[in-house]
Amino acid sequence: MNTNKKNSGLTWVATVGFALISLIILFPIIGLLISSFRPSSDLMRDGITFSIDFSLLNMDNYMYIFQQAASYWSWYGNSLIISALTIVLSLFFSSMVGYALAVYNFKGRNLFFVLVLLILMIPFEILMLPLYQMMVGANLVDSYFAVVLPLIVAPVAVFFFRQYATGLPTALMDAARIDGSTEYGIYFKIMLPLMGPSLAAMAILQGLASWNNFLWPLLVLRSNDMFTLPIGLATLLTPYGNNYDILIAGSVLTIIPIVILFIFFQRYFVAGLTSGGVKG
Amino acid sequence: MSSPSQGSNTSASIEKTAYKEPNKFLRFLNSKKVVPYIFVSPFILSFLILTLYPAIHGIIMSFQSILPGQVEFIGLKNYERVFNPNFYKALSNTTIYVILTVIILTLIPMLLAILLNSKLVKFKTLFRASIFIPALTSTIVGGMIFRLMFSEADSSVANQIVNFLGMESIDWRYNAWSAMFLMVILASWRWIGVNVLYFLAQLQNISDELYEAADIDGASAFQKLRYITIPHLKPITIFVSTITIINGFRMFEESFVFWETSSPGNIGLTVVGYIYQQGIGQNDMGFGSAIGVVLMLIIFVISIINLIATGTFKRGDE
Repeated sequence: MNTNKKNSGLTWVATVGFALISLIILFPIIGLLISSFRPSSDLMRDGITFSIDFSLLNMDNYMYIFQQAASYWSWYGNSLIISALTIVLSLFFSSMVGYALAVYNFKGRNLFFVLVLLILMIPFEILMLPLYQMMVGANLVDSYFAVVLPLIVAPVAVFFFRQYATGLPTALMDAARIDGSTEYGIYFKIMLPLMGPSLAAMAILQGLASWNNFLWPLLVLRSNDMFTLPIGLATLLTPYGNNYDILIAGSVLTIIPIVILFIFFQRYFVAGLTSGGVKG
Repeated sequence: MSSPSQGSNTSASIEKTAYKEPNKFLRFLNSKKVVPYIFVSPFILSFLILTLYPAIHGIIMSFQSILPGQVEFIGLKNYERVFNPNFYKALSNTTIYVILTVIILTLIPMLLAILLNSKLVKFKTLFRASIFIPALTSTIVGGMIFRLMFSEADSSVANQIVNFLGMESIDWRYNAWSAMFLMVILASWRWIGVNVLYFLAQLQNISDELYEAADIDGASAFQKLRYITIPHLKPITIFVSTITIINGFRMFEESFVFWETSSPGNIGLTVVGYIYQQGIGQNDMGFGSAIGVVLMLIIFVISIINLIATGTFKRGDE
């Protein structure tokens, strides 16, 4: 009885402690959300503050962004297109590679796998200048293709798919071969659907990485109407603050869809983001 | 197309072989020897074009002076220029950042995960999700929020707290120590939740029987933590600290979002920021590449030291 009482006291302390920690961690996002209803000139002058005049809260920033910020919506469209392209292409190619590394025995398999791990270790930032030179040489600067290209065969995804496909039932493959299926038919009709959960996890990882990607698009995108959201928003971070309305309401509108997706597909987010610890 | 002799007995098998052998090329493509290579070919192409070639080209560029339409081999001149005060500043900033983020992003998530895994805390799923949410934001949006929270105005959240504690307001973006603080806190905020999940996954792998056996032996909660939980967390701790080190040396955005490419007295300059500033900003690609090669060597040496120190090589020797 006595220990029970002591434990429930501790439970109370620990739970309240975690509630506080969660609140502190969520504070910046809550602060952003509330601030997006404040007049942008106040925000510019005072920053995010505890002393909010609630009577001044209004929808002006959102009205402005929906009615007059055409460039913001072109960044939004670019980000959507680039993320969609990245997800489709990187899932298609990376899953194929990971699958082959897992289920087939062939010469060079171990070498390829070691190369995947090696690329995983090489920071992209070291290759970015020669890659950028290459894009300039190929006249690809300022195109969607240049942004997406380095992400098409993602080593994290290859690694993840390979681990996942190792657990697939190979007996199914033999059965399908007897029925006269080609190896490609086996992959696309039988095995790929079995990899569903891993595809969902990687779709989220690649989608989020591409949605938030900054340095590479910063190099290869030049014109304002080709910018993605992070690049476009970064251009508004000027000391003059003349665009804080778009900046703050625009930031909310980039986060909210992701948070909603996260609430519905938490499991896949967690599996994706913890698969390689690669910075998004 | 000649049909094989064994297939000509019945009409059904004729049909089958005719269907099976439309042409030799397709059969070649479907042979078990070729299929794996076709599946792997996107990786081979991407490795050759997007990793191996740029890596070699980057090393070559580091020995060149590159001006539009005029590329010249200049030997080690770029490397002689690399070791200058700005580079040392960038390297020391990056190193301090790595040390601080490794400590914070290993210890705090470990502690939070141990607590979240215990029976003490309720609403675990809710707390886990809340802690994870910052990982969904981009560094740019996160950094923008932190810039507004840590603005120079007396009315910003950070200065209101500082004033409440009886201290003077701080120009957060203009002091060396607070500049480092901003970058570290932004990275920590975004990554704590992910690392908590890594530790939680490992904690859930520890079998309950170990704790039950310890209970029978009369072990205290602290002893169980010290002799069961912590030793079992060693592999994931090595993993988390390794990726934090590598991500730390790659750091760029946390600095860019506060100061773009030039900070007062270079208080926010990082090695990758220096590559960007010289290679792209000054259009000195040869010099930028030389910095990149030096960074690669630094990361390589640190990875080796890390592998030796954590005993990853030992297991292979035994």
